[in-house]
Amino acid sequence: MKILVGIKRVVDANIKVRIKADNSAVDVEKLKMVVNPFCEIAIEEALRLKESGAATEVIAVSVGPDSCQEQLRTALALGADRVIHVATDEITQPLAVAKLFNAVVEKEKPGLVLFGKQSIDGDNNQTGQMLAALSGMPQGTFASELAFEGDEIIVTREVDSGLQKVALKLPAVVTADLRLNEPRYVSLPNLMKAKRKPIESMSVADLGIDITPRLSTVTVLNPPERSAGERVSSVAELVEKLKAEGAL
Amino acid sequence: MSILVIAEHNNEEIQSATANTVTAAKQLAEKAGCEISLLVAGHNCSAVAESASAIPGVSQVLLADCPALDKQLPENFAPYLAELVKSKSITYVMAPSTTHGKNVLPRAAALLDVAQISDITEIVDAETFVRPIYAGNALQTLKSSDSVKTMTVRTAAFDPAELTGGGCSVETLDAAADAGISRFISEEVVQSDRPELSTARIIVSGGRGMQSGDNFSMLEKVADKLGAAVGASRAAVDAGYVPNDMQVGQTGKIVAPDLYIAVGISGAIQHLAGMKDSKVIVAINKDEDAPIFNVADFGLVADLFDAVPELEAELG
Ligand SMILES: Cc1cc2nc3c(=O)[nH]c(=O)nc-3n(C[C@H](O)[C@H](O)[C@H](O)COP(=O)(O)OP(=O)(O)OC[C@H]3O[C@@H](n4cnc5c(N)ncnc54)[C@H](O)[C@@H]3O)c2cc1C
Ligand SMILES: Nc1ncnc2c1ncn2[C@@H]1O[C@H](COP(=O)(O)O)[C@@H](O)[C@H]1O
Repeated sequence: MKILVGIKRVVDANIKVRIKADNSAVDVEKLKMVVNPFCEIAIEEALRLKESGAATEVIAVSVGPDSCQEQLRTALALGADRVIHVATDEITQPLAVAKLFNAVVEKEKPGLVLFGKQSIDGDNNQTGQMLAALSGMPQGTFASELAFEGDEIIVTREVDSGLQKVALKLPAVVTADLRLNEPRYVSLPNLMKAKRKPIESMSVADLGIDITPRLSTVTVLNPPERSAGERVSSVAELVEKLKAEGAL
Repeated sequence: MSILVIAEHNNEEIQSATANTVTAAKQLAEKAGCEISLLVAGHNCSAVAESASAIPGVSQVLLADCPALDKQLPENFAPYLAELVKSKSITYVMAPSTTHGKNVLPRAAALLDVAQISDITEIVDAETFVRPIYAGNALQTLKSSDSVKTMTVRTAAFDPAELTGGGCSVETLDAAADAGISRFISEEVVQSDRPELSTARIIVSGGRGMQSGDNFSMLEKVADKLGAAVGASRAAVDAGYVPNDMQVGQTGKIVAPDLYIAVGISGAIQHLAGMKDSKVIVAINKDEDAPIFNVADFGLVADLFDAVPELEAELG
């Protein structure tokens, strides 16, 4: 079974981003860029499935400008067998990314597609569900555990009320939540080796997909700042202040 | 033009997230000049539709009651929803930004070939909406050019609407088909007598500083005195102290109670993303440089193992 993994290039989660002076976008220039943390979990799961014999090939795919080849190299260094770069300098919204992935799915015919549940820049939480819709595959979102049984995959999902288990016919789309696994680190020697490995590249035109954004950004603004309040010196003072504030 | 709100329910009762979503729908209805319908999709859920028909501001309740929609599996629900949107010429679909809403709505949007706007916090006009990005570190205003606009609503950003006092008709819809590609197996629902995180007026949350699941009983005692819900940081959930449904943050639940008490939580941006819109924030942490103090209205530098029992005693 082939596993296709969606890898998005994003700003490092530890960085507090700034907004461009013209309020048109978040300024990501010169910031440290990484594999989206949820995609790291997705690729880790794919590698473990290969190591356990459940999968035969792991293919990582990233949609974006040439810079996202850096994250595909990381995927190679982690152990992906092949990587595909769908190249575009345009802004890609989840529906467009899902359509591009659907075209790749039609070519590669994976048994499982693993995505992150959410990209930490756009916080959309949509692309996996949209790909599932377009390809007609079932979806296991917010996965914290996977198991194969016959022609089905059993997905444990982290939902608002607790945990839910569903059985999905393969091929399926699964989106990784935080507790699916703990990703391994990439080693420097493997990263060096990955530099020499090939990256398959295709253009949006090759795939014949219209990626025109449906949503346009009007402004990007800073949220209202919250400032530090006061320090209290004891629990008694805290309770007194909260009562005075009407919070208790 | 018309708005369809997807009701959040468990086949028995309407859940609170619906009330916040109705408020957002009413604001949109005023700006777009249109009516609101509410969809109750599930199985053996006619009682839910009945009570939904009393929500003021809703013009019509649509009831889709059939086995294929029992657990609202997206493989069955999304195509049904997409067809409904087409047949009723619906122009806006709104669902609460819960795990249900996030699961189903993008799938329906893709079937309709339209974008989804996730987690809206403000409605500017009939086609313009505000949503947080980058863990709430930026607010993006978006304009949609789609003929059908689908969006999930951040419940913490809209006050709950009244759920009684109105009266509208209930239209029973046809049954949905089972796509035959997914099955519900089981559900572990965490039972608690405390208020839900998303609706609680007060939340007491614990982090890695709690050191164990057992120690959370200290927070529970305080919560019980205050009628509060108990939340947690990701580190506390990852360490297995408490279950996942208690996680507050960018990737957990987003809350905005009147009072949020953070105990042994450092205040990472991903945690702040889930609670920084609370009215009053209290931080109890032994590290005086913990970033949580930068957003706290009242900060107490103390060992939580002294401060929490003291707080419980102080509350009488
Ligand atoms: C993609 C991604 C998504 C994430 N999503 C979330 C999310 O949704 N929610 C979330 O919370 N985090 C999330 N995180 C994790 C986040 O970055 C932090 O790691 C996490 O919030 C830390 O939890 P904590 O504050 O409990 O632990 P720590 O950062 O370890 O802090 C523990 C605090 O307890 C204090 N302490 C220790 N002992 C005592 C004591 N005896 N008395 C008083 N104080 C004490 C310490 O001084 C410290 O400040 C996410 C991270 C990533 C990368
Ligand atoms: N440009 C992209 N390239 C590759 N994968 C992506 C891209 N955008 C989104 N994804 C995948 O979809 C997941 C969810 O993203 P989102 O819907 O944007 O929150 C990510 O974790 C990725 O696995």
